[in-house]
Amino acid sequence: MSDATAGTAAPQPSGSKKGSLLQQDARTKRRNAAESRFKFYGVLAVGTGLLFLLVLLWAIITNGAQAFSQTFVSVQVELLESKLDKNGNRNLEDIKKVSTFGYSPLVQNGLLSAVDQSGAETPLSKGKDMKPILSASAAAQLRDYVIANPDKIGETVEFRFLASSRVDGYLKGRVTRESIARDKNIDAAHLDLVDALLEVGVIEKTFNWSFITGSDASDTRPEAAGMGVSMLGSLFMMLVVLGLSLPIGVAASIYLEEFAPQNRWTDLIEVNISNLAAVPSIVFGILGLAVFIQFAHLPQSAPLVGGLVLTLMTLPTIIIATRASLKAVPPSIRDAALGVGASKMQSVFHHVLPLAAPGILTGTIIGLAQALGETAPLLLIGMVGFIASNYPEGVMDGFVSPNSAMPAQIYEWAKRADPAFYERAWGGIIILLVFLITMNIIAILLRRRFERRW
Amino acid sequence: MSVKLTASALAIAAVATTAAARDQVQVAGSSTVLPYASIVAEAFGENFDFPTPVVESGGSSAGLKRFCEGVGENTIDVANASRKIKDKEVKACAEAGVTDIIEVRIGYDGIVFASQINGPAYTAFQPVDIFNALSAKVVKDGALVENTHKQWADFNGDLPAADIAAFIPGTKHGTREVFEEKVMVEGCKEAGAFDIYMAENGGDKKAAGKACYEVRTDGVSVDIDGDYTETLARIDANPNGVGVFGLAFYENNTDKLKVATMGGVAPSTETIATGEYPVSRPLFFYVKKAHIGVIPGLKEYAEFFVADEIAGPDGPLSEYGLVSDPELAATQAAVSAEETMK
Repeated sequence: MSDATAGTAAPQPSGSKKGSLLQQDARTKRRNAAESRFKFYGVLAVGTGLLFLLVLLWAIITNGAQAFSQTFVSVQVELLESKLDKNGNRNLEDIKKVSTFGYSPLVQNGLLSAVDQSGAETPLSKGKDMKPILSASAAAQLRDYVIANPDKIGETVEFRFLASSRVDGYLKGRVTRESIARDKNIDAAHLDLVDALLEVGVIEKTFNWSFITGSDASDTRPEAAGMGVSMLGSLFMMLVVLGLSLPIGVAASIYLEEFAPQNRWTDLIEVNISNLAAVPSIVFGILGLAVFIQFAHLPQSAPLVGGLVLTLMTLPTIIIATRASLKAVPPSIRDAALGVGASKMQSVFHHVLPLAAPGILTGTIIGLAQALGETAPLLLIGMVGFIASNYPEGVMDGFVSPNSAMPAQIYEWAKRADPAFYERAWGGIIILLVFLITMNIIAILLRRRFERRW
Repeated sequence: MSVKLTASALAIAAVATTAAARDQVQVAGSSTVLPYASIVAEAFGENFDFPTPVVESGGSSAGLKRFCEGVGENTIDVANASRKIKDKEVKACAEAGVTDIIEVRIGYDGIVFASQINGPAYTAFQPVDIFNALSAKVVKDGALVENTHKQWADFNGDLPAADIAAFIPGTKHGTREVFEEKVMVEGCKEAGAFDIYMAENGGDKKAAGKACYEVRTDGVSVDIDGDYTETLARIDANPNGVGVFGLAFYENNTDKLKVATMGGVAPSTETIATGEYPVSRPLFFYVKKAHIGVIPGLKEYAEFFVADEIAGPDGPLSEYGLVSDPELAATQAAVSAEETMK
């Protein structure tokens, strides 16, 4: 085009349009418009994704944050000797014979005297009337205390009991005076009394540690339910997954990547590993039920079996990640090692593996995070239900005694009748998300810190 | 891959040998009984020195199937069921070596029809209304025709002119059977369809009853295979929807649900106990006698379950929605004598 400046009009090929870079013709305009449209679609797609994420997070946090606070009632309880130790000899066996049903009246009378002291006016004048305010767990808490401290019988001791889920819901706005109109568990007189006790500080709402550390509770006492035991279950499962899938996965990938001959068999294995990674997790659950429980006679509902099943599920992920990071180590490293006389094994373990380690660890952590959030296979090996109620007695017991896992516990809560469990399910999701985000951040940090590019 | 196999085999072997004898009772079965069983298990763990029993759900049939897998520590000790064990299942049990089974009836459970609290006024149903709304075929001029009813008012002027949308328990639930026997068949008889089916099947009562169970498949009646929470979510989303719930579930969600009377009787623990409210069924659990004395706390758990302070009219189970059994004393005696099924 430089000869166009020469002044002489260059002969234009007939049929072609006159054009200038400075002046857009219709076609260029169309192309540019297509580009900006595409950019807009892209932004729209990203924006929609972000919007969904925000809505999800908003829903989780607004629904679940309530689970982290809980209503408590402070009560002075008179530990009547006539009720708790009829013989008066402080024999532990005799004391144990009094069941929680014998303790309930003491708790209720304790609250009744607190009501009298507060001067609140209420038509509720009997101990039994206090029942809807207190959690059913109060009697068990008192009994545990008395059995641990039999010498306190006959004294008056101050306790901090959980309030019932309806009272708790009232303070959180979930239960209203309209909504209890047909509820036979609590009535308006109780809510009036709760308002009065709130003023004098007998009832208060505080942060709820026991939601994070506690065990599951039955359907009548959602206020006492916590994630602690199922968190331990998840922890033991992850230990099994880590302990098995990391060495097996890394060994398998090193062999396949560095040593195995390239033939039809290794091709077949490779294809199958990729296929395994896409198998729905429930299939691994059925496999676990058939192999580990029915054939190998491992205990049911045990985190060990859960861990084994999740290991099967995580292995392909780890193998694929490990092979990718082994492949990413340049051949020159291997060649140099072999060139100075290292054996094949030395070149792999002294040079290739350390360079691939960040990628392997990242893959492992992502695989673990995936396994941590898995519920479907656990359904089949008996880890979903009213299970996470006992703390394991030790490390060995933690592997074999029945337990649940965090996502299974959330699922279980979500299907219970009392709406208070629904709130706890959302709260559980927050805890689970915190774990997953932490694991992913660790993976990102490891990659940032150690990854090398060639 | 061989590396992987041997390694996991080693791991299994290592742990299998160290796995200690089981020291807690394991329970599985009906999701209707699950809340009651977990209330008992929790109280049992608090009051006895035994660990809290483990209660899983999964449905009556699934629980009984696992119960009948055999005798031994890696099988469950107790199966919860929202229906009686079938002869077929007793046979399957016997084949696997589970011969001595103790049957324990814990009480009765009411089944209620409820709709969204802001929805149309479905406040009174008769079984025949449910039959006319949901059956595959209805009676018209003395003959059976395909059910084309779109609105409740199409067949009963007292019901609101709202589209029919019912959410009934799926076939894997024990509740479905009660729904079929106590509502569909009753409605079938009232509508006159039963007699027509009888005539068609040459007087075979069983076949006629089966024909009455048929629900329409045009999407008006939806089977819910999940739990009551799923039914509640569907009702929440559909103001015209009518769902089937357990009494205990309804009593925990009175702020969202409006219950309908059946045959003019409102469901409550009292009306179910007296038998006035027609749709109820007994709940059971089954204990392996061979496990008593082997699994610590098994007999204590069974006895505790039916004790007056638990399953009695003032106990926590009744408070939660179980209708306590008037013959509880006989059940208690049978459990402590370890009476097995004949």
